[in-house]
Amino acid sequence: MPWTREELAARAAAELKDGYYVNLGIGIPTLVANYIAPGVDVTLQSENGMLGLGPFPAADAVDADIINAGKQTITELDRTSYFSSSDSFAMIRGGHINLSVLGAMEVAENGDLANWMVPGRMVKGPGGAMDLVSGVRRIIVLMDHCAKDGSPKFRKACTLPLTGADVVDVLITDLAQFERPDRESPFHLVELAPGVTLEHLKSVTEAHFIVPENFK
Amino acid sequence: MANKLYDDGPTALAGLLFDGMTIASGGFGLCGIPETLIDEINRSGVRELTLISNNAGVDDFGLGILLKARQVRKMISSYVGENKEFERQFLSGELELEFTPQGTLAERIRAGGAGIPAFYTATGARTMVAEGKEERMFDGRPHIMETGLRADLAIVKAWKGDTHGNLVFRKSARNFNPMVATCGKVTVAEVEEIVPVGSFDPDQIHTPGIFVDRLILATHNEKRIEKRTVREETA
Repeated sequence: MPWTREELAARAAAELKDGYYVNLGIGIPTLVANYIAPGVDVTLQSENGMLGLGPFPAADAVDADIINAGKQTITELDRTSYFSSSDSFAMIRGGHINLSVLGAMEVAENGDLANWMVPGRMVKGPGGAMDLVSGVRRIIVLMDHCAKDGSPKFRKACTLPLTGADVVDVLITDLAQFERPDRESPFHLVELAPGVTLEHLKSVTEAHFIVPENFK
Repeated sequence: MANKLYDDGPTALAGLLFDGMTIASGGFGLCGIPETLIDEINRSGVRELTLISNNAGVDDFGLGILLKARQVRKMISSYVGENKEFERQFLSGELELEFTPQGTLAERIRAGGAGIPAFYTATGARTMVAEGKEERMFDGRPHIMETGLRADLAIVKAWKGDTHGNLVFRKSARNFNPMVATCGKVTVAEVEEIVPVGSFDPDQIHTPGIFVDRLILATHNEKRIEKRTVREETA
């Protein structure tokens, strides 16, 4: 049984530590906020210029001037601060954000990430993704292990234009979780989704990864 | 004192608009955009514009109305995903697009306004964004050179402004507005409320009046919401 979207989000949430400042990407990464463990105090940052994101507002409390980077209406918390986009990216590019969770189209075995454009299709633009991967200290990627046509997305080298070179620290797919201890090292297999065999994983993965000796 | 307060959009933009000019606009998505001044630029019929703005509005609102009227030749933006007319013009080659990562865009505008012609950043190194740009290693990492941006005209939206041009923004509507206010040869601000000089606590002013040349009371404050998301109420 592959992991569901919610299980992917919960696995990423387990990487959040008490006191972390975290930026969550659009899509499945946004769900991570729902699975932060009790007792773990995390402050979410949004690159348009807000630190301390609250939940969606009640219908009668929607404020057009309080939005997140996905342009969704949200709310303030006691700790919330607002600032310019340039201060926001000083937080991101200056290494002040502990961790970011992003989606991906492809990840390569050397940590390259592609998640912003498919040549020949309409390109919407990188938004803040290139800044996030170059500046945030730890990058977790959540994605489906294979594309809709079955082709592998964890590759020897990305075929799509890069968002960043050598930037991914943790990769969680619906089939398995991979990590690397530092940006010089290859990815190591950490866990398989229930019922997924190592043989099956290898058959749908193009990238080289290490299977620890004691892996079971 | 010089009077920065103008009666309305047409008088505030009088003498500033010309074909082929570069205009920088504050705002993120549809939040904190200078709606009144965009309307006036649309009405003026000025053409061949280069627009510096994080986003391109939607089809019938924000900078999208300038695109729809074919007033735009080029956009310098980080994300343009919400605009069908933009997509059509771009794919047909009518519109030029310079993608700039969002933080790089914020910093290019900040640098331009601060008189810094260029800077190095790791953002975009070894990606398509780096093509044609100088690469240099700092601390063992590749960085690319990005240039500062200046505009013939900068337009911003603030919550409150005093008659000296001091501005206060509201919540996440601040976004790109403070940097954009610094990068214009001329900067025009529209505000939801004009207050007398001395009303602001000097410690709480976000944009000092030196950056603002002209000020109007905004008459278009629709503040459209792009994605209205609400909490599910439990009965």
